[in-house]
Amino acid sequence: MSSISTPATTSGKNRQTRSSQPQSRQTQSPQNQRRKRGVEPIFYLFLVPSLILFTLAITIPGIIGIFFSFTDSIGIGDWEFIGLTNYIAIFSDPAILQSYLFTFGFSIVTVIAVNVVAFLLAVGLTSRIRMKSALRTVFVIPMVVSGIIIAYVFNFLFSNSLPSLGTAAGIPWLESSLLANPDLAWIAIVLVTAWQAVPGALLIYIAGLVAVPGDVYEAAEIDGASKFQQLVKITLPLVAGYVVINIILGFKGFLNAYDIIVGLTNGGPGTSTRSIAMTVISGFNGGDYAYQMANATIFFVVAILISLLQLSLTRGRNAL
Amino acid sequence: MTNESMTNKVMTKKSGSTVERVNWPATTVLVLCAVTVLLPLYVTVSMAFKTQGQAVDGNAFSFPAPLSLDGFVQAWTLTNFPVGAAMSLLVTAGTVLATIVLAAFASYAIVRNWERRLFRYSFFYLLGAMFIPFPVVALPQIQLTGRLGLDNPFGVILLATMFQLSFSVLLFTAFLRSIPMELEESARIDGATTWQTFWKLIFPLLAPMSATVGIFAFLYAWNDFMMPSLIISDPAMQTLPVRQNLFQTQFSNNYHVSFASYLMAMAPAIVAYLFTQRWVMAGVTQGAVKG
Repeated sequence: MSSISTPATTSGKNRQTRSSQPQSRQTQSPQNQRRKRGVEPIFYLFLVPSLILFTLAITIPGIIGIFFSFTDSIGIGDWEFIGLTNYIAIFSDPAILQSYLFTFGFSIVTVIAVNVVAFLLAVGLTSRIRMKSALRTVFVIPMVVSGIIIAYVFNFLFSNSLPSLGTAAGIPWLESSLLANPDLAWIAIVLVTAWQAVPGALLIYIAGLVAVPGDVYEAAEIDGASKFQQLVKITLPLVAGYVVINIILGFKGFLNAYDIIVGLTNGGPGTSTRSIAMTVISGFNGGDYAYQMANATIFFVVAILISLLQLSLTRGRNAL
Repeated sequence: MTNESMTNKVMTKKSGSTVERVNWPATTVLVLCAVTVLLPLYVTVSMAFKTQGQAVDGNAFSFPAPLSLDGFVQAWTLTNFPVGAAMSLLVTAGTVLATIVLAAFASYAIVRNWERRLFRYSFFYLLGAMFIPFPVVALPQIQLTGRLGLDNPFGVILLATMFQLSFSVLLFTAFLRSIPMELEESARIDGATTWQTFWKLIFPLLAPMSATVGIFAFLYAWNDFMMPSLIISDPAMQTLPVRQNLFQTQFSNNYHVSFASYLMAMAPAIVAYLFTQRWVMAGVTQGAVKG
């Protein structure tokens, strides 16, 4: 979160150490000897493996991908430069536009659902309740469960158990599988994604709520504020920074949605729940490698824009 | 860490003054929510222990009667569980170890040479991957790992480690900056080399951060489906989560077998969590707030 602020603080610290050095030079500390001689070779040994592997694993594939997005490559064999053709085609490709629409819509709904639920649970878990630690243990479990596997489990519940419950209770729209309905399948994806994402947000909110001093509430109580007023007028503003963190972290994660959707609908029915990630990956077998690389490049730009938004929103919140 | 200790303080204060009344409505609501969390897990466990006949009767919530291990026996051979577990363990252990060691090495070099441009720029370079989601570079990575003979668990270890590196370096560098230089200088006066200083002084001091970094790497590597399914080309070398797609295509009506298989793949992470939950909770809070 505070990545922008960290370098500033360090350079400040370094300035301090540097200014204190002349005084300690007389003591001939080994630190000074090292500084004078330049960087110890071992520090290169510490850093260079990471740099090489990182370049090999991420930078080079990134450059290759952007390069081929301007070609007509199908992944193997000959290719030619075709300029911006792929990019122009993407903006009028209904399948891709639909995947963006779905992914953003799904992410917005999920982020709201997750944060409302996680915030309320956090308020509950930090109030005067019984079984506090046992409940907290339970609420965090979904975080450690594999997304694809829990999606398979929910898949069974949505396509077998829920319809039989719906039939028994006489609720028409529940009688058939939620996952087979092009208009409702996304709700199932939101539910399962939220089920798994709530714990992470919950732990952050608990950290925020615990940091709120108790006497604030005592003062509010004396002034006659109701519990609800305290929640909205005191608690919420005081944890606003944590809300921002949770919304951005969650949103960034949900945009990459893949595992849970594969396990629930595999993009269906039809292509109604295909996420951006699934569309890009389809370029692996579909013969439109270069085309999907252009799509991935656009997705990359979107990811950068959101990260920039994140930095500008969290810049002033180093106190966290 | 501070959050945890603060929670404890709050809790002891409250248990000390028992006159404060328990909020029963909130307790009830939270217990009901907890049931929602546990329901899918209960279904997984109960289905896994059912006989084939009971598994297809349509009632997922019934208790298994009689208890049957048939699902586990079949799942064990169908998914080739021992090999799958070995692959998952290899990928997870490799990713956790590589992430902790590489990130700690790089962070130490960066923080101690911050005034030098190469190290300063390296910091921002390594941080760059925080802005690159895996799907963006997945296609070229699939091709590249294939050409380099890394379309196996080792390729997954390499890629997973590199995606974890940014966040881990951010956590380690923040922590290293809080370690006073005097501590290191005294070690050097005693004649320790940088290598010795790192392993005997710095690395032990980094332990709480290593735990956080390791927990994130563990959860990612053990549970991920997307990366191994795309990178590992030989199905015989697949990790446990990827092996479960067997039940989506074939054997899709042997519910007791598929749920036994799901349970065997999920259980290690849940059991590990139950034993280390204090660390997991503190680690996630720390990681999210700092990262």
